[in-house]
Amino acid sequence: MFLASRNFCCGGIRTCQLRTDLLSRSIKHSTSATMPFRHKNTRRIEGLDSNVWVEFTKVAADPSIVNLGQGLPDISPPSYVKEELAKAAAVDRLNQYTRGFGHPSLVKALSQVYEKVCGRKIDPFTDILVTVGAYGSLFSTIQALIEEGDEVIIIEPFYDCYEPMVKMAGAKPVFIPLRYKNDGNSASSADWVLDPAELANKFNSKTKAIILNTPHNPIGKVFTREELQVIADLCIKHDVLCISDEVYEWLVYKGNKHIKIAMLPGMWERTVTIGSAGKTYSVTGWKLGWSIGPEHLIKHLQVVHQNTLYTCPTPLQEALAQAFWIDYKRMDDPDCYFYSLSRELESKRDRMAQLLKEAGLKPVIPDGGYFMIVDVSTLNVDLSDVDEKQPYDYKFVKWMIASKKLSAIPLSAFCGPETKKQFEKYIRFCFIKKDSTLDAAEVILKNWNKQ
Amino acid sequence: FLSHCLQAKMSRPVQARRLKGVEKNIWVEFVKLAATYSKVNLGQGFPDFPAPDFLTEALMRALARENHMLHQYTRAFGHPPLVKVLAQLFEKLLGRELDPMTNVVVTVGAYQALFCCFQALVDEGDEVIIIEPFFDCYESMVKMAGGTPVFVPLRPNPPKDGKLMSSADWQLDPAELASKFSQRTKAIVLNSPNNPLGKVFSRGELGLIAELCVKHDVLCISDEVYEWLVYDGKQHIRIASLEGMWDRTVVVGSAGKTFSATGWKVGWAVGPDRLLQHLRTVHQNSVYHCATIAQDAVAQSFQRELMLYGKPESYFIQMPKELQQKRDWLVQSLDGVGMKPIIPEGTYFLVADISQFKSDVPDVPNSDEPYDSRFAKWMVKNKGLAAIPLSTFYSEAHKNNYTNFIRFCFAKEEATLKAASDILQKWKQEKTS
Repeated sequence: MFLASRNFCCGGIRTCQLRTDLLSRSIKHSTSATMPFRHKNTRRIEGLDSNVWVEFTKVAADPSIVNLGQGLPDISPPSYVKEELAKAAAVDRLNQYTRGFGHPSLVKALSQVYEKVCGRKIDPFTDILVTVGAYGSLFSTIQALIEEGDEVIIIEPFYDCYEPMVKMAGAKPVFIPLRYKNDGNSASSADWVLDPAELANKFNSKTKAIILNTPHNPIGKVFTREELQVIADLCIKHDVLCISDEVYEWLVYKGNKHIKIAMLPGMWERTVTIGSAGKTYSVTGWKLGWSIGPEHLIKHLQVVHQNTLYTCPTPLQEALAQAFWIDYKRMDDPDCYFYSLSRELESKRDRMAQLLKEAGLKPVIPDGGYFMIVDVSTLNVDLSDVDEKQPYDYKFVKWMIASKKLSAIPLSAFCGPETKKQFEKYIRFCFIKKDSTLDAAEVILKNWNKQ
Repeated sequence: FLSHCLQAKMSRPVQARRLKGVEKNIWVEFVKLAATYSKVNLGQGFPDFPAPDFLTEALMRALARENHMLHQYTRAFGHPPLVKVLAQLFEKLLGRELDPMTNVVVTVGAYQALFCCFQALVDEGDEVIIIEPFFDCYESMVKMAGGTPVFVPLRPNPPKDGKLMSSADWQLDPAELASKFSQRTKAIVLNSPNNPLGKVFSRGELGLIAELCVKHDVLCISDEVYEWLVYDGKQHIRIASLEGMWDRTVVVGSAGKTFSATGWKVGWAVGPDRLLQHLRTVHQNSVYHCATIAQDAVAQSFQRELMLYGKPESYFIQMPKELQQKRDWLVQSLDGVGMKPIIPEGTYFLVADISQFKSDVPDVPNSDEPYDSRFAKWMVKNKGLAAIPLSTFYSEAHKNNYTNFIRFCFAKEEATLKAASDILQKWKQEKTS
């Protein structure tokens, strides 16, 4: 008989301790209270249990706090989207299983919309997979194509799930930061760039994929054709896949154009492009997304899908399909929701930027997306007496929530371990908020310096 | 050097090794066949009658409310109203206090709850015991998690008096079951009521499994999606309520099956925090949130059921009553044409022995495909009646053990069941003439 004791810590902000004792199996126990229990988590999820959202959505859940943290709209989705869901749920067979890889009317609508955007034929049944949000697409893509021994390049700052998903697949994330090139007074997301030589150095024989996010969360950068070409050249040279997270593809502001890296020569066959109904139609709670790409890649995502959740909800997919048809028909019309939402958000962006500047903060004006990062170091808030061993931005946000009743997300949540110092003076605001929310934020920011 | 690297990369398949052996899926094939050929579809398991009014009305009410936050993200591990009512309901059913925040996780259908279980708890090298016949995803999910499935069959013990078999006549051999537990056994998957047979495991049978789990310190993944579809006054017994089992069991359930709305894809896992915390980790790294509005409507429906619990208007009482009638009707139809149905104690599936009926479909010697699969394909193409071959629910090694059975789904309108009966009657007449 032997006893072994094991302590381990869950990674992240909160630590927990579990002790497991191993006892000889020949001992029979009839009660569970003092039962030896050897069951801990699998290796694949070791250290992946903490999550910035779980921590910060709890903190900001207080309704007296003006919540500009988590990226969810508090504006209403377009009425026809809601109407289509009501219509769908009234049809009996639409409350039962649909096609696993995507409801036929939805994949057909998606193929039409994206054929128009891309100028190439997209087969609705082989080139598209519908998933539970873009999140589900990221998971399916990574599980399908990434494994132990692979390296995956992730551009910092990054949407936080990329790192744990790559780790859960057994692969190694390789980080490369966007760096701020100090070109002048205006701080724009375009000022944040990759160093081409630094990027090239990250590619080696183990590199399986690079994850691209454009328009970028959290900075709002819209990668230019030239920047995408640098990435594409490296992908082709090293035979690397590109996972292109384009959930904010329609939210691009004046003077900018969203370019799909999959459309660059040599890239379609090695790129999976991910989109989101939640971001397209302001319905984050519908959790529908899609992966579009060549059959020889999508078929593997479909295998993951059929072994994870099999099919997505039918009535939501049907409603989304109908909404897409409505907007597809007016894609040449400025009233199309894809463009009208962008215009609405641009004025909110400008208002937000103005308010932040007046409060003495330095916002980075995003060219796309609905987030804005802000340099808070100019305020010189001294938090050295705060006990926690957290980065400055975490402490700042908690302080701001408590003392100013305004929430945001700390940028170091979006960084790998090496760059946290570089980004800890930034916090992220979300501006897809109704006027009254922005009004409330305005009051707080205008009174900021009064204590 | 570079071209050597590229060559090495290009000679390696692009997909991850975890997909090896899980690429095929029988539903993709059979759903396509049914869509192409069937006039009457008793194949894939979904109702062709409407979901209950109170469910769709709950969705309409949610849509009519001015609260458009119902279209935005909710709590990742489950919409608060839903986890609260699930905790309330399962407290009643399991006889213990439950914390909605730590003892319940909402998932995208029971399917995703199962996925979370295997990913959270099964490592490479772990063995997982699966009782045959089984819902096919268990095997592929265990494999994708790097585990080794270990199969143990339910064996038919036909009644001596020549009466029709019941699903209760299919049983585990206790010694055989015990022999499957090893040092490497991580978990056993239990599905009661069982798809495809309809077996409702008795307290004694569950006690046997529980004893082995406790003795070998093994987890139990208990798929109870058909928990409300139990007939003839039988009782669905929850293994998590047996001695020593709560701490080592994850109970999986489904709104799709509970409320006849398979397309809503709302499911859950109930269990101790020390197991569910790991499912939460998988969930937050795979789908993160489930659709808010569907969860909201399901919560409202459960609130209704909790109020009507035990009363005749309860859907949990009405639904099995209605389905029992359909079961009996189909049993009669099949028996009448010479197919021998195994009377299910639960679920909305029924397996029938076609050995007396099979003459039309020729035997193909040296064929890889089991007979029942060829029969089911022939039947849908030539008679327009879709059903699923039982060999689908067996491991590769055992596919040829039971090749004379097909599974019918009877969660269908009267008209559908009648149409099925007409096809079978006509077919029988053609054979005898």
